[in-house]
Amino acid sequence: MRPPTLRRIRLASQITFFGLFAFLLCKTEFHGSLRSAATEIRLPYPVGTFLEADPLIAFSTALATHALYPRLIWCLIIVIPTLFLGRFFCGWICPLGSMNHFFSDFKSERKRGSKRIDSNRYKKWQALKYYILVALLVSAVFGGLVVGVMDPISLAVRSLGLSILPGINYGLNTFLDGLYNSKLGGLRIASMVFQFFLQHLILSFRQPHFRESFFLGLLFITIMVLNLRITRFWCRALCPLGALLGFATRWAILGMEKHTEKCHDCNRCALHCQGGDDPVPGVPWRKAECHLCFNCVGDCPEDGIKFKFFPGARDTVEKLQLQRRRVCAGVAAGVGLLPLLRSTSGFAVESDPRLIRPPGALAEREFLARCIRCGECMKVCPNNALQPTLLEAGVEGIWTPVLVPRIGYCEPTCVLCSQVCPTGALWEITQAEKIGSSQGDEKKPKPVKLGTAFYDRGRCLPWAMATECIVCEEWCPTSPKAIYLHPAEVVDAQGAVKMVRQPSVDPEHCTGCGACEHVCPVRDRPAVYITSIGESRSVTNQILLRQGGRGER
Amino acid sequence: MGPTYSPSPSPAPDSANRRDILSKILRLGGLSAATVAAGWWLRGRSCRPEEELAVTLKTSFLVPADARYPQMVVTQGEDPRALVRKALRCLGGIQRFIARGDVVVIKPNIAWDRTPEQAANTNPLAVSEMVRLCLEAGAKKVRITDVSCGEPRRCFQRSGIASAASAEGAEIVLPEEHLFRQVNLRGEVMGEWPVLEPFIAADKMINFPVAKSHSLTGVTLGMKNWYGILGGERSRLHQRIHESLADLADFMRPTLTIIDAYRVLIRNGPVGGNLGDVELKKTLIAGTDPVALDAYAAKTFWNIDPETLLYLKLAQDRGLGKMDFQQVPTEVLN
Repeated sequence: MRPPTLRRIRLASQITFFGLFAFLLCKTEFHGSLRSAATEIRLPYPVGTFLEADPLIAFSTALATHALYPRLIWCLIIVIPTLFLGRFFCGWICPLGSMNHFFSDFKSERKRGSKRIDSNRYKKWQALKYYILVALLVSAVFGGLVVGVMDPISLAVRSLGLSILPGINYGLNTFLDGLYNSKLGGLRIASMVFQFFLQHLILSFRQPHFRESFFLGLLFITIMVLNLRITRFWCRALCPLGALLGFATRWAILGMEKHTEKCHDCNRCALHCQGGDDPVPGVPWRKAECHLCFNCVGDCPEDGIKFKFFPGARDTVEKLQLQRRRVCAGVAAGVGLLPLLRSTSGFAVESDPRLIRPPGALAEREFLARCIRCGECMKVCPNNALQPTLLEAGVEGIWTPVLVPRIGYCEPTCVLCSQVCPTGALWEITQAEKIGSSQGDEKKPKPVKLGTAFYDRGRCLPWAMATECIVCEEWCPTSPKAIYLHPAEVVDAQGAVKMVRQPSVDPEHCTGCGACEHVCPVRDRPAVYITSIGESRSVTNQILLRQGGRGER
Repeated sequence: MGPTYSPSPSPAPDSANRRDILSKILRLGGLSAATVAAGWWLRGRSCRPEEELAVTLKTSFLVPADARYPQMVVTQGEDPRALVRKALRCLGGIQRFIARGDVVVIKPNIAWDRTPEQAANTNPLAVSEMVRLCLEAGAKKVRITDVSCGEPRRCFQRSGIASAASAEGAEIVLPEEHLFRQVNLRGEVMGEWPVLEPFIAADKMINFPVAKSHSLTGVTLGMKNWYGILGGERSRLHQRIHESLADLADFMRPTLTIIDAYRVLIRNGPVGGNLGDVELKKTLIAGTDPVALDAYAAKTFWNIDPETLLYLKLAQDRGLGKMDFQQVPTEVLN
């Protein structure tokens, strides 16, 4: 047997890392255990590993916050080898890159014969990603992490986790339910067998639903379909992480040597080129574009292409050739982006009352300097309560998490979202910190408060319709309860006087978990609802005057 | 004008022969006939869509009364497991209730994401002891299930019931969406409701609630535990809570009711959360008269006069038991 070629090893690496990525993504969910009675629930796997090892996330949050959230130190295992080797991450590890690679290999009319070789030559527009990166990093310096929208790992987690996987889940469940409810006994048993296996592999315990799921999915599918026109278009032209790693290849010691003496210009080296880095003879190889896929090495019939350490530098473009004018444009875009986004009234002056951030969330300015919109918190929330925003947090805060109590409430003892957040936008808190230990005692630590409940007395049954209810009070998980009842005499439609218990909120004890809003029997627009006022993360968004409290800034 | 069309020099095309014409007409005729037939058939099938008909079934899991044994037993002691054993022995032994080969469903209260010490769910040790007894008596299968209020996986895990009961060999059934069946409860206020399948596919049913306070009915005990067989919008039931409780108790007639009062959530029920609201009563009440059991617990732990609990009166009127628990043959063990 021949020893495995480099491209085979690369393929194995891509499959392994993509499998690992998919596995960790599917495990970004609380599955529960019948065996353990653990009092504090934590996820058993390090589900955020790919995000934590992403150098772009680490670099941009470091620029924005002047510090590194401890777990982001993992990025060094990518950064340091990249300095020596080049963009191996893109060709060997990146899950989005591997998906792009997969779809790029599909047969396509646009990439046939000489057209294909032509499309794999270096194009000037490939430099676009560097200008995008410059703009995103400059805006990060000013404290806005829009870079998360385009970071490839963040994009992959968000698109797959919030759109593609829920879609697959829905399809599989419909199929299984169809089998289960069929009249044939055999099919029913088959469905149970499938169910058993799929449950452990991929199925969620309950069907997740996400706002904007369709658009997130459409964006992702568009990126995949672009590969049919131009191989790895995203990686070549847009990816800011690829650009960052491209910068890092400046002094890489691994490089290509072209032995052109035997070359008869067949151009096969460009046939499967991923990066568009010109392995062809007669032009210099572009180090910063190469994904190190090693397809050219295997495709050359004359063995004329060699990768080696400390190659002769004759045929290599070592330094990125960026146009100064465009870099300046990138900087200008980065400088202008944030002021433009923040000049709207949405930021600070008039925030959306329904912008209820998850527990552990930092104050809005700090939060936006860290949140990369990866969607891990939304994926892991066992109540499906966390949803991506559209404009609730302004254009700048698109796809950041918001609690939607109507869909699900925040379980008082659950801290999974803060456990998975890779950047500390949701600062990691423990169950004890979340519940607090005050239990009504002023001096002890208070629970984390997400907002405050309010009654719409025109819709509340005991207030408006002379009907008994109290479900909100029943569910209220604080102790003492933040919802209190008082008996009142009301007159019903027949004119009869009756007693009902009418609920009110004690803002001192309400944590804004949203359980009351979630269960209110007035389904469409609940009679009790949460708004963000009183949230512990903000010093200004408060109702009550307290001694030691701070005034408006 | 485009390029002028010049007729090809070849001879005029063959005029279609009679055979071709006939076959084409036959084919078109057949297709038309089939289309008309299909249209007519589909038209005949049209009817206004109706919801799937609900199942109507009998859900009495009662065993015959036996005058030799009391209808209610109250036990006290240190060990929740021993309490269950003692109570069952006094009621005539587990064999009286569970036959060989039975599929037994035990319905503890697993409503909330709370730990056993917080007393919002049934005591896991007591439940697991009941599982053991049922399996010892020859039950084919013992299922533990509940339609939790909170996130079910968290509730089942953190209540400690899933691990304790499965260690004894019980099958844990999580309330998954596809396990609900539309059932006509034929009650006064309760019509068709989604019911979790295990509750209508059992031979014996053991109601195993925990005693807690509740702002609407004062207490939540055995009969209120039946809310947990339902899916759907059950928060609407509170508008006529007494009638709905009586309806449910009428629908679900358990083999045995056991009220766990080892730890009792005296205030801030039914969710609780504060250990200061939990009182250690170390008591277990078991029996075959669900009305008397609820009345006894309400009187003993909260000093609520059963006469003031409308749902008990409604249940008694339907012949489900006696509200005046002093009239019920009772044994108190210490």
